[in-house]
Amino acid sequence: MSNDSTSKTLIVATLLCVICSIVVSSTAVQLKPMQVRNKKLDIKKNLLVTAGLVDDSAEEKQIVEAFKAVETKVVDLETGAYADIDPESYDARKAAKNPKLNYKIPADKDLANIKSRAKYGKVYLIKDGETVKNFVFPVHGKGLWSTMYGFLVLESDLNTVKGLGFYEHGETPGLGGEVDNPNWKANWNGKKVFNDAMKPVIKVVKGIAEEDAKYKIDGLSGATITSNGVTGLVRYWLSENAFGSFIKKYKAGSI
Amino acid sequence: MSLKKTLFDPLFENNPIALQILGICSALAVTTKLESVLVMCLAVIVVTAFSNLSVSLIRNHVPSSIRIIVMMTIIASLVIVTDQILKAFVYDVAKSMSVYIGLIITNCIVMGRAEAYAMKNGPIMALVDGIGNGIGYSVVLIFVGIFRELFGSGKLLGYNIMTPISEGGWYQPNGMALLSPSAFFLIGIFIWILRTVKKDQVESSN
Repeated sequence: MSNDSTSKTLIVATLLCVICSIVVSSTAVQLKPMQVRNKKLDIKKNLLVTAGLVDDSAEEKQIVEAFKAVETKVVDLETGAYADIDPESYDARKAAKNPKLNYKIPADKDLANIKSRAKYGKVYLIKDGETVKNFVFPVHGKGLWSTMYGFLVLESDLNTVKGLGFYEHGETPGLGGEVDNPNWKANWNGKKVFNDAMKPVIKVVKGIAEEDAKYKIDGLSGATITSNGVTGLVRYWLSENAFGSFIKKYKAGSI
Repeated sequence: MSLKKTLFDPLFENNPIALQILGICSALAVTTKLESVLVMCLAVIVVTAFSNLSVSLIRNHVPSSIRIIVMMTIIASLVIVTDQILKAFVYDVAKSMSVYIGLIITNCIVMGRAEAYAMKNGPIMALVDGIGNGIGYSVVLIFVGIFRELFGSGKLLGYNIMTPISEGGWYQPNGMALLSPSAFFLIGIFIWILRTVKKDQVESSN
């Protein structure tokens, strides 16, 4: 059979596709458990780094050890009360895509530009013995190119910021990607999020924020849309439409 | 050509980046840190070696009308496998490389060697040629990576060599070294040095 005949072409193409797809899919399936484990560990590590419990070079053992001080709760975002769901198996990111488990955000409330979110959200309580030292809220929202996923850590007064960090985003390296810059992230420490009327008013401004501005964060130069995205997502997730009801309830002492 | 010549020629005599001017794109993208350079080099060596080997093994049965897409399929599969392995075993590095491992598919060196060499030569020679060209690519990348990390952040492989001012030292990091254009200058300088030493690589002027 000549190499250039139609039947030979079809046979070669089919065989090649079958062999390649077997190789690719079997590697992917074999390695999936390890990748999932790595990813989970990376998210935990980011949470702990943002909360200042471990540093960037932490190994798996330290992360697992430090995570023992963290209590994970699932919160019904509508009522703000704890929901009876196992936090280990609950995945808010998956639930946000599931029509039965998600909530369509009305356009005028959708500051983070995400259109829908899970009905239940996870809250991480970092404990020192029995008292809660820090609250960690998972946040996400649109930047310029990508949805940015991260953690916002608040002090026990539920108003002062301890830190903000992203574990996944696809912003331009050097511009929007500077959301990962430790110097910029250090800006967040000690800022306040709510005004007296309990409305989230914290803002990433353009340029440098004044020294004493407790609600303002320095902007990322050359990355206005990413900066606005960060403002939007922090404000959204702290608003009445998201974790706001939980925060109110917690402050009133009814949880 | 002898085995040795096939392996070492691509280093300086026939370097894929400096002489064939292939694979420039990734040389700009991943060279800000030496660590990612080394991972990228290793990945490219593995992919070029095995794509050359597999293309060479089936070279007598590939219909010429679909040979490019056959090579593409093999290369793409190899790249995906490499990417999956990196994500499973060295997650931190894989995360910092983001899309660039996947972009090895579009690295002209891999395709170029498959078409120019593996389609015409036996499997062992093709494998050696793949490794050689991968190393030739690595030589340039490591050269660029050393200078960019050293001048851009005062470090090598993450260790402080010249402590930057922001960490209490004296060195004012050169911001341009972290941006892609600096790699153009460095590759230019590399080609310049190479052609000063090996005059036969200089193209005749028109």
